[in-house]
Amino acid sequence: MTEQHHVDYLLGLGDDALIYAQRLGEWLTHAPQIEEDMALGNVALDLVGQARALLTHAGEVEGADPVRDEDDLAMLRHEREFRNVQLVEQPRGDFAHEMARLLWFSTYQRELYTAVLTSTDETLAGVAAKAVKEVDYHRDHATQWVLRLGDGTQESHDRMQAALVAVHPYVAELGEDHDAARWAAEHRVGVLPSSLTDAVNAYVVGVLEQATLAMPDAPRWHARGGRAGVHSEVMGYLLAEMQHLHRSHPGASW
Amino acid sequence: MLDPDLVARVEQDMRAVPDPEIPVITIDDLGVIRRVETADVDGHPGMRVTITPTYSGCPAMHAMADAVVEAGRAHGIPVEVVTRLSPAWTTDWMSEQGRARLRRFGIAPPTGERAHAAPPGPVPVGLQLRVVTCPQCGSDDTEEVARFGSTACKALRRCRTCREPFDEFKTI
Repeated sequence: MTEQHHVDYLLGLGDDALIYAQRLGEWLTHAPQIEEDMALGNVALDLVGQARALLTHAGEVEGADPVRDEDDLAMLRHEREFRNVQLVEQPRGDFAHEMARLLWFSTYQRELYTAVLTSTDETLAGVAAKAVKEVDYHRDHATQWVLRLGDGTQESHDRMQAALVAVHPYVAELGEDHDAARWAAEHRVGVLPSSLTDAVNAYVVGVLEQATLAMPDAPRWHARGGRAGVHSEVMGYLLAEMQHLHRSHPGASW
Repeated sequence: MLDPDLVARVEQDMRAVPDPEIPVITIDDLGVIRRVETADVDGHPGMRVTITPTYSGCPAMHAMADAVVEAGRAHGIPVEVVTRLSPAWTTDWMSEQGRARLRRFGIAPPTGERAHAAPPGPVPVGLQLRVVTCPQCGSDDTEEVARFGSTACKALRRCRTCREPFDEFKTI
């Protein structure tokens, strides 16, 4: 019998990677320097690779007839069927916003993949073993930029601080438990997101201190609902762009 | 039953498949091929090749897998490529020959130590955390220009002695 929670858990991880890769790809030709075009493109490529493996596996676990493959899941699902957090779907702000988001997200991913290295789901453990080394580079990249901008000029400091404040309300959702994660933790497939929060905060706080930045006050609201398929307005536009080619030319290949 | 000599020859061809992004090294140099064995492929005597991908999203992996299948097909042998994720690929698996070839091609081979931001706290002046040697002139006085380079596996560096930029194969 298909365990829908297992599928949803994998979709959550895969969709986070996929949707963030889509957003990061938008930086190509828009980053402040060509090295950053390449860096963010490379980060996106790693995330696409993780998403492909995770979505393929989710389709296999789901075991529909016929089995939904990575393309079916990425390109033919509707907005309400995506399980990513709202953090990754937000439009890119300026470069400081992206570094704030990348710092939090890659720190979260690093803790997550480290925790699922011992997953009873061997495919997930394999993906994690590969991905943990990749996201280590992502986190390091974001760290260096946050240090440079935070401890840079007054202007770069102020804008980095403003970016942290803008991104902060989307961070809590990464650590929110949901039914699929509870099932996954119970069956040692995955972990409770809330179990990662302390480690994520400890790292980010350390970076911010060194960067002479302040952790923003607790936000008055925070995003929620992504794991249940409730997304912000921007998600529909993102999917329209990401999926239109595949939907316009079903089955096309080269 | 396949002729063992033929199988050995095909295996040699498979291992000699060049990396499409860095054609001076073979997939055997990279350590991507984990196992080659004879196996039943769709009811025919054939070969099964187990590979471990380098980076999750590396587009070169598909080209490599296709080339491995083609190496068998050229001799009429059906080939099945199996991807194994665990244990994860690491640059430690790269052969000495591969490292030497990279260096000759102008790419600094992986150092075995990962690049990291300086540890928190005061950093002693002059202490180099990691030495990357310039593949052009051999100087150790090099600096990182960008952590992410032209492909997923490379970083961009510059030599302070000969002033030439060069790629470094990242340690993972």
